[in-house]
Amino acid sequence: MITLLATWTFGLALALVALGVFVSYKLFSFPDITTDGSFTLGGVVTVGLIVTGHDPATAMLAGMTAGAAAGVTTAVVHAFLGVEPLLAGILVSTALASVNLVALGRSNVPLGTSTTLFDVSERLGKPWLVGLGVEPTLAGELARTGFVLAVVAAVVAVLYLFFRTRLGTAMRAGGDTPTMARALGRDTGLLTVAGLAISNSLTAAAGGLVAQYQGFADVQMGIGMVVWGMASVFLGRALVSAGGLGTALAAAAAGSVTFRLLVATALRAGLDPDWLKAATAAVVLAALVAPRFLGSRPKG
Amino acid sequence: MLHLDRATVQFQSPGGPLVRAVDGISLEIPAGQFVVVIGTNGSGKSTLLGSIAGTVRLSSGSIQLAGHDITDWSQHARARLIGRVFQDPRAGTAGSLSVLENLAVAACRGRFPGLGWATNRQLRAEASARLARIVPGLEQRLDQPIGSMSGGQRQIVTLLMATWHRPELLLLDEHTAALDPAAADRVVRATAGLIRDGGLTALMVTHSLAQAAALGDRLILIHRGRIELDVAGPAKRRLTADDLADRFDGLRRADQLDDAAARTLAELYV
Repeated sequence: MITLLATWTFGLALALVALGVFVSYKLFSFPDITTDGSFTLGGVVTVGLIVTGHDPATAMLAGMTAGAAAGVTTAVVHAFLGVEPLLAGILVSTALASVNLVALGRSNVPLGTSTTLFDVSERLGKPWLVGLGVEPTLAGELARTGFVLAVVAAVVAVLYLFFRTRLGTAMRAGGDTPTMARALGRDTGLLTVAGLAISNSLTAAAGGLVAQYQGFADVQMGIGMVVWGMASVFLGRALVSAGGLGTALAAAAAGSVTFRLLVATALRAGLDPDWLKAATAAVVLAALVAPRFLGSRPKG
Repeated sequence: MLHLDRATVQFQSPGGPLVRAVDGISLEIPAGQFVVVIGTNGSGKSTLLGSIAGTVRLSSGSIQLAGHDITDWSQHARARLIGRVFQDPRAGTAGSLSVLENLAVAACRGRFPGLGWATNRQLRAEASARLARIVPGLEQRLDQPIGSMSGGQRQIVTLLMATWHRPELLLLDEHTAALDPAAADRVVRATAGLIRDGGLTALMVTHSLAQAAALGDRLILIHRGRIELDVAGPAKRRLTADDLADRFDGLRRADQLDDAAARTLAELYV
């Protein structure tokens, strides 16, 4: 049960990557490779600040801001310097590899005994759950899972509400049909900047959460995150194909948890962990090409 | 209202000659005039429209609209003054958004959208009334994704979006070319009605000689980047599609003679 909850918690934390990829890839049609770098950046900044005595919430916010800055950089390189989206993301992500290494000082930094948001949630939630009769170890893990679930639910709600405002709707329109947005007076370059800032701040938040959950930040923790995010979005859409924006956002988050469960099951069934990234890439490839062979277009 | 002063757009094709798609066109369109632009393929009519919309930069010359020199304005900045309908219905609407959401984006044309709700009761009522006035029944589909609608219906919505706030100039770029005849007819009627009722200044590029003869207060025929014919008033009203077809044939024959002469000269002197 504890292992299952831990899998859910991890999947929920990575749901923020899925939501970030949903914003960049599905709403803005921008295959943003920055995701890999901004995930690590979020973890590095969060851990770096926590181990130097800052409170974990401030550290997370700083990590998200750093992620947003990475997204803004990619968007500016693309929209204002005319570099193709993929190349812009690769350039920024490559630069971030150095930034992350310099910021962290070495390849891996443990949190040690520093207080994390998971410690805070456990301190707050565990006594209440134990009072309800839940076994203490399970109560601790439940409190952690509940915390990440609350974060992801809040992010889904905020994204849903934001993308229904006039600004958010204009951003969706700009991502869907740039010609239309420009003809209606929207600067699509600025819309892309805002979209990638949101997307990468979410990814960085996921990096911050994962680093706190596993107890360390590693300069390689972001490798393959963009593919993870895409796999989660495609899987979520396969699970729930109908519905509007709110359903699509919730499906992306659910896709991440489901994908994490599938990965955990595959590992328990004997999949060599070294092949995990390759298996993830194969899932995304299958999701991309299957509709072509099944004679339908991808839903989105 | 719209004033073009020696507007020129030239391209250097790779390894080819310098092409003047728009060759020093000067044009004055007063407020409230509906101008139809026709021309053969490659005549420069769409480039002219693009240079006014801001998708094509002028090589030289200037453009003034409603008292503003917009020559160096970006495309999205010009949208404060210009409403546009594209040839492809998909280019003018966001397919994944509902009809009402598309109209909500249009309702913020040229202004910072802000963080208020995109769709509200007031917008819904207004959108419903305006759509019903153009095509009765369409107002029932406000909440449907616009991508699920036919090309003709999408163009009607695009027209409404382009004119939601009265534009200083409405640009229509062969906006019925991608539609079947029945849908094209509906869109043309809606276009004429919106322009007439709103007293809009409009510039419509079309390939249809029948539309060119039947619509508008003024007709401009462009050939090789220059204005070959510019008629308004009674002379425009007397024009028929056959007259225009004869004019086109004349231009084609002249082109063939020009080409033949150029070949002969090349053979003699090269």
